[in-house]
Amino acid sequence: MSHVVSSTAKTEADRKIALLDATAGVLTKHMPAIAAAVGLVVLWQFVVWFFKIPTFMAPSPVDVAYAFQDNAKILWTNMLPTILEAFLGFVFGNLVAILLAIWFVHSSTAEKAFYPIAVFIKAIPIIALAPILVLIFGNGLAPKIIIAGLICFFPTLVNMVQGLKSASPAMLDLMRVLSASNTEILWKVRLPSSMPFLFAALKIAATSSVMGAIVAEWIGSSFGLGALIIEATYNFRSPLLYATVVIAAVLAVVLFFIVSVIEARMIRWKPAGSH
Amino acid sequence: MLGTAKLMPNVPLTEPAATAVSIRNLSVRFGDRNNEFTALSDVSVDIPEGAFVTMLGPSGCGKSTLLRCVADLVHISDGSISVFGRSPQQAREARDFAFVFQDATLLPWRNVIDNVRLPLEVGKHAQSGDHADPHELLAMVGLKGRENALPHELSGGMRQRVAIARALITRPRILLMDEPFGALDEITRDRLNEELLRVWQETGTTILFVTHSIPEAAFLGQNVLMLQAHPGRVKEFMKVDLPFPRSLAVRDTVEFIGVTAHLRRLLEECL
Repeated sequence: MSHVVSSTAKTEADRKIALLDATAGVLTKHMPAIAAAVGLVVLWQFVVWFFKIPTFMAPSPVDVAYAFQDNAKILWTNMLPTILEAFLGFVFGNLVAILLAIWFVHSSTAEKAFYPIAVFIKAIPIIALAPILVLIFGNGLAPKIIIAGLICFFPTLVNMVQGLKSASPAMLDLMRVLSASNTEILWKVRLPSSMPFLFAALKIAATSSVMGAIVAEWIGSSFGLGALIIEATYNFRSPLLYATVVIAAVLAVVLFFIVSVIEARMIRWKPAGSH
Repeated sequence: MLGTAKLMPNVPLTEPAATAVSIRNLSVRFGDRNNEFTALSDVSVDIPEGAFVTMLGPSGCGKSTLLRCVADLVHISDGSISVFGRSPQQAREARDFAFVFQDATLLPWRNVIDNVRLPLEVGKHAQSGDHADPHELLAMVGLKGRENALPHELSGGMRQRVAIARALITRPRILLMDEPFGALDEITRDRLNEELLRVWQETGTTILFVTHSIPEAAFLGQNVLMLQAHPGRVKEFMKVDLPFPRSLAVRDTVEFIGVTAHLRRLLEECL
């Protein structure tokens, strides 16, 4: 066993060095972005000091940093339900959209019947929909998950329909010559060729699902980042408000990043003919 | 050549001059009654088993449509097609033929070897029946060692070689090719022409090959089926009197130039 351990230890060391190299590379690559972000925060701090802006109006970055420290527990306990709502909304909204898209591609009647309804639902402002859902489903998690799901649903439906139809006519002719069934065409051709379209939509959905969950929490909710935003605003706890907004943004970025990583792992091919 | 013998289709050798494809009074019309377009009108031709027939004609003459009728991709309006005595649909389901498109139509997320195996994974005949060895086929089309490459990593010529290997995996008795080298540069096309003749002689497959190039039609074909347009119909079914095996040098001979000159004259008459 000992030689195995030593060899893994060696590769572990190699991996660490490779990781350091990669980190350094990423840092160099994103240096301008990091410098700009730090510069803007410093500018913000400077403006607040210089013009003596009261904290309740616009807190300085230092105030916000203290708010993170002082309210760590509140922020944490309110972040968890928001993550859960955004995640479940993301999963269900996209799942329904994908299944509906598959149905549409196989039945033009279904597409003609339900596509306009999907467009209509999309046209209702999500803020107007939230109170309706709260009246129906009460104050629990359900209306938040539904709104987060609805917000994901439409971009995924549109992209997925387009993606499933993106297989070239020659490709479908080939499958016909091979006497492939519709199910085989779906699994072997349509679904794989729709993946780039699906991930483009999932990246949009990742960030908007967080937004959907927060907007839903604005309407008479007692928990979640959305409720915390409302509460902090009404009590002039501006540093806490800013801290909550930062957490919401980070949450959306993290979800986006996760989807991007999965995409990079799943799609390694390029359309044939593109060099 | 022990390896190549395995690639031979299961053809009964008792009737050497059997008919592979028999087309009788075939007509194809597109569109509705008010706006009807006749793509093919009263086409009759017999393709002998084991033959290499090239199809040539001006654009709009329906040569691709004719090929797609044989492949059961286009609905026949009148007349009949028999593929080894079966309807095109039965022949398709029995995997009597394979089709090679102008575009290689490889699945871009599958590597070379998995693309070649695709016909074995789909259809009623998935897994059943005997088939050629994909590695052997890739060696035959000159792609040994590229089994794990993805299509976007290959050149256009290599992609078309993969498509040909994929078509041969089920050991089809007929290979239907719709301008397979039309999008390639001339040097690649010449080399693939030569290799296709070699594959044809090694496998004994009947080949129907649509092209818009006169030299290609003359170089590859035992016979050239010349079609004319508006409506698409047979102009001439011509035998090419050039000996096999043919190498690219045959194109510089007086006989070859005589054939292409004749074909060019026929094409001009079609216009």
